[in-house]
Amino acid sequence: MGKPTLAPLALMVLALTPLSARAEATPSPPRQQWSFDGIFGTYDRAAAQRGFQVYKEVCSACHPVKHLYFRDLADLGYNEDEVKAIASTYQVTNEQPNDQGQMFQRPARPSDSIPGPFPNDQAARVANNGALPPDLSMIVKARDGGPDYVFGILTGYKDPPPAFNLLPGMNYNEYFPGHQIAMPPPLSDNAVTFADGTSATVPQMAHDVVTFLTWAAEPNLEPRHRTGFKVMMFLIVMAGIFYAAKRKIWATAH
Amino acid sequence: MAQTSLGATSRIIRWIDHRLPFVAMLQRELYDYPTPRNLSYWWNFGSLSGIMLVVMIVTGIFLAMQYTPHADLAFDSVERIMRDVDWGWMLRYAHMNGASMFFALVYIHLFRGLYYGSYKQPRELLWILGVIILILMIMTAFMGYVLPWGQMSYWAATVITNLFSAIPLIGQSIVTFLWGGFTVGNPTLNRFYALHYLLPFVILAVVLLHLIALHRFGSNNPLGIDKRGPQDTLPFHPYFTIKDLFGLAVFLLIYSFFVFYAPNFLGSSDNYIPANPMQTPNHIVPEWYLLPYYAILRSVPNKLLGVILAFGSIFLMFLVPWLDTSPVRSARFRPVYKWVFWLLVIDVIALGWVGANPPEGLVVTVGQIATLYYFVHFLVLFPVIGKLERPRPLPASIAAAVLQGGTGARLGTAGAPVAKP
Repeated sequence: MGKPTLAPLALMVLALTPLSARAEATPSPPRQQWSFDGIFGTYDRAAAQRGFQVYKEVCSACHPVKHLYFRDLADLGYNEDEVKAIASTYQVTNEQPNDQGQMFQRPARPSDSIPGPFPNDQAARVANNGALPPDLSMIVKARDGGPDYVFGILTGYKDPPPAFNLLPGMNYNEYFPGHQIAMPPPLSDNAVTFADGTSATVPQMAHDVVTFLTWAAEPNLEPRHRTGFKVMMFLIVMAGIFYAAKRKIWATAH
Repeated sequence: MAQTSLGATSRIIRWIDHRLPFVAMLQRELYDYPTPRNLSYWWNFGSLSGIMLVVMIVTGIFLAMQYTPHADLAFDSVERIMRDVDWGWMLRYAHMNGASMFFALVYIHLFRGLYYGSYKQPRELLWILGVIILILMIMTAFMGYVLPWGQMSYWAATVITNLFSAIPLIGQSIVTFLWGGFTVGNPTLNRFYALHYLLPFVILAVVLLHLIALHRFGSNNPLGIDKRGPQDTLPFHPYFTIKDLFGLAVFLLIYSFFVFYAPNFLGSSDNYIPANPMQTPNHIVPEWYLLPYYAILRSVPNKLLGVILAFGSIFLMFLVPWLDTSPVRSARFRPVYKWVFWLLVIDVIALGWVGANPPEGLVVTVGQIATLYYFVHFLVLFPVIGKLERPRPLPASIAAAVLQGGTGARLGTAGAPVAKP
């Protein structure tokens, strides 16, 4: 089909762009530098651990992380005893009743999922002015813009422009679609005290918690990147060998 | 029975082959199979599509071992595959991106057929079987997309099944029948799962028919002229096995890039939110490979007509062998069609862009023009150009065209390669 192939290809790229960049009047949040970017990206363990602390001390007051288990935290560099210690600070309802047929509370074990702040969605809505705080274990994958968007929301609180009609109980956020967000600004400077001495500014905490949440949404990113590299290297060599063989086999045919 | 070089080495194989000529068939169809010597890399996409079908079936079967088809459990079971099943993330990303790759390959394969007139006499049935495969693929992909039971799954199922409500009188009853209830729900998910498991094997069967029809007359070629003798062909092995393998390696590189480095690039972030019947996503958009049909559907103000045109845009493909009145297959020798073909490519991409964007302002206008052009292209331009165009003279034979004189004679009679010096 020869020469005119490039023009449709360029058009196709154009046609596909709006899929990911579909934005209303809301500005797209600025790109941040992440340790997990790129084909060799990994999770910065110290940042993720600080992020877990931010989640635990701030976000978890309203937001669950339904898909995470305590055992998953070992991935962030906590050892077995630390994971057990973290788990034991939570109370969960045992899955089976006791001998008397009563359900009972017990300290959590590493095999338990991390319990959320509310027993059900209705309880969450009542406690939050009618708004339902979304589950955070998938939030980075469930929003266009991913980690940059979540970072943008956490740092995007501002005074509304003069003519803006802010509804009662709502907050103005630069990067939230429509700018009206029910969540009050969750982070303030020194809201947490980091054990490693990192200064707890809002951008620092936002960056750390987004690293934690990206790990929560995509815990297999590191093996994926590692496997991908091996697979690509293998395929490049394979393609080279096949190409050489093809050249040799066809040498006498044309 | 013909002596086979594959079977000649083993008495056991000869014993079996005498009773069940399987090796003889492989010998004939995969080894000796005379193939036009001038096939370009555009002819790789058929075998690549076949391999992709197998990849989809294999990854799908392993995913099915872990997936729970229940409205309350499906979303979490997919997440469990992603998090806790060994290599589950790879299976799932390979299957998810595999669907996109499969469509990309098949669309290139289809447009190659349109450019080189591969649907023309005597390959009309081959083409029709291909269109049937495409329709089955669209059904399979749609039902598969519903299975993770995310927001886009749920709302895609709602929107697409609701298309049938456009049918006068019985439309709503059909929709209720499809849903197995009064809304998209657990019965819908269950039947979609059952059919999503079944249809790939139906596709496999039609692919076999497609191959039988292909091997009846062999591949078309970039010149679009019939092969006249052994000097025009090369045996399939090793010439085209190695060419297909090289193409496969290049394709796998692209596929792997998506699986390992951009697994969610082609998907919608909304599908990582669990299905919520009470909340409609801002924009309900199908996967990219269905966007052109979606654009046609939305370009018509009348719902029934929109549905008819969207389905019609695919069913029109069945008529292509008879809509094209030109006696010449390859666009290389058709000075007008050669350019009109690219208008169709641009048109379909424009439709894709329209489908991806909210239907407002310019998008609507472009959508209507592109929809109109799509049907004009096949229903008006195809027959008219075929009649009016004066094709350029065709070469005498494939060998004459590609071997430039002398070498043609040197290559001898049996289509066999010249022994290396």
